Amino acid sequence: MKKREKWLVFGKPLSQRRERALTIWSFLLPLLLWGAISYCPFIWHPEMEISDAGDSFYFSKGDRIEKAVFKQENAALLEQGDSRMAGQAVNPVYLPAPHEVAVAFVKAFKTPPRRDGDPWFHQSILHSVRIVFWGFLLSSLFGVPLGILCGFFPFFSKLFEPFTEFFRYFPAPVFGALAVAVLGINDAPKVAIIFIGTFFQQVLVMANTTRLIDFSLVEAAQTMGCRPAAILFRVVIPASLPKLYQDMRILLGWAWTYLIVAEVVGTSSGISWFINQQAKYRIFDNVYAAILVLGFIGLGTDMLLAAIGKTLFAWERGEHSSLLRLFSRKAKAEVRA
Amino acid sequence: MNPSPEMAQHFAELKKRPVIFEVNNLGKEFPSDTGPRRVLEDISFKVYQREFLSIIGPSGCGKSTLIRMLACLEECTEGLMLLNKYPVYEPGSDRGMVFQKYTLFPWLTVKQNVMFGLLQGGMAKFDAEREARQWLDIVGLEDYCDLFPAQLSGGMQQRVAIARALANKPQVLLMDEPFGALDAQTRAKMQAYLLKIKEKIDITIIFITHDLDEVVYLSDRVLVLKANPGEVQEIIEVPVPKPRVPEQFLTPDFLATKKHLEELIHPPVLDVKDEFDVMKMVAIA
Repeated sequence: MKKREKWLVFGKPLSQRRERALTIWSFLLPLLLWGAISYCPFIWHPEMEISDAGDSFYFSKGDRIEKAVFKQENAALLEQGDSRMAGQAVNPVYLPAPHEVAVAFVKAFKTPPRRDGDPWFHQSILHSVRIVFWGFLLSSLFGVPLGILCGFFPFFSKLFEPFTEFFRYFPAPVFGALAVAVLGINDAPKVAIIFIGTFFQQVLVMANTTRLIDFSLVEAAQTMGCRPAAILFRVVIPASLPKLYQDMRILLGWAWTYLIVAEVVGTSSGISWFINQQAKYRIFDNVYAAILVLGFIGLGTDMLLAAIGKTLFAWERGEHSSLLRLFSRKAKAEVRA
Repeated sequence: MNPSPEMAQHFAELKKRPVIFEVNNLGKEFPSDTGPRRVLEDISFKVYQREFLSIIGPSGCGKSTLIRMLACLEECTEGLMLLNKYPVYEPGSDRGMVFQKYTLFPWLTVKQNVMFGLLQGGMAKFDAEREARQWLDIVGLEDYCDLFPAQLSGGMQQRVAIARALANKPQVLLMDEPFGALDAQTRAKMQAYLLKIKEKIDITIIFITHDLDEVVYLSDRVLVLKANPGEVQEIIEVPVPKPRVPEQFLTPDFLATKKHLEELIHPPVLDVKDEFDVMKMVAIA
């Protein structure tokens, strides 16, 4: 008889089928919880949505009021001999049901902005992506090389890291007003906030990761005639690249968290502007839809980057990179032609 | 231990060859809380062309530090090293090194690893590739060119490491317990490989190990260090006839040499006559 596999194992991975099933469940469980709260009236539903106001003087059809108030009003109406209100139990307006958010998710893209000249939903999203992209790119352009230098040469480490360590304790948002004063009210101060939020962490993280490399590889290179520059470019960088890449994925996540702060600096813009507007109109379906979009963008980019990393650094598993091989074949074909 | 006439002649010939590497009065101090600690003191020796010189000593005598100093991976506090009569102060491809740890670059294939030093030396890619293949052929790994180090066994990785070091045509090959991490069977195979490689090419080897069988089997001469501080105790000419084969492991020459080395490394500390002496000593302690 085949022994039944246990689910709670440790020290070894689960089968691929089970891993996939659990991944689906990890999304399904919160969704089920949300569905249960939304569709089963006896779980929460603290308010009544009035479907027929009867002779009530205060309330009208479509109002959402607390259950106690509903009862009180109906009792009062009964006493006066007026017709009573009718309604059903609902959740507060700030907790829409899954299907409402799903509908809003599609509708938000199709609905034109309330005021002429305001951006559409997709324009708001693109604006946000653009801000994060530039902030993160500029930060990486300076942060990555500087971090690697600090990790390899104690000279740079001692020259730059103490101040960086100090500066990173300033929360990036405190520079909002300053950034607006210096850079104006449009996109520049927003990019600056993301830059400040990312750069200082980035230098330290890159430096620490670079320091982690197996130093015997450096020594091996030295006994093959490598000078410091060659060691840096041919040994230290390739050796630490997979870990640096992982760090960059995490840092990109941080850059996204600074986005929401950055977007309310100067003129409000992007997805936070959209969320704030919709919250003002009390269209909470759209607020959730916008939050979901942020989640999807984040998860999507991270999965894409993970997949790229997996093929770029296939050597970690002792495999050849299909992506790199594609390029090298092209390069070889070009040389032949 | 009187060497056979053949071996006596071998050593006479050996010492007539040019001196490749000369070490004069090398010393090393490490700073410590209680003032500088002397690790190596006044180390001097010569290595002749195509010689196989082993360095052994009790653990903690600084033999690993010494070979790292020869490669200039560790600074010397005093002394001078001459490679082909020229002093050396920096690490370089003229003193190739094979480490106990596996130090192949994991992101490069086996062939690219061997090409690494050649490209660094300015060789064209095409030539480097051909050269790398030749070296992998010598260590018997030409079929593994395009694999990554992670796909090879420990013994194979060390063979690639040897090919990678030799490809740069070093004057001296420094080997720091290169087979120390391998299992006994693989180690025996690797020793045979190393002897075979050494027959094929003109290479001088300085070898560190703590395995006395390995020492007697491989070496022309053995430099024995003593500990605290590490000093040259004796340089011994191994009298076991050449070419060496594993069958010699049990010959009287071999065993006598091994026993002699054993005594040099681990001198009998106290000569306890009987149990009574021990009891007395325990009582005193």
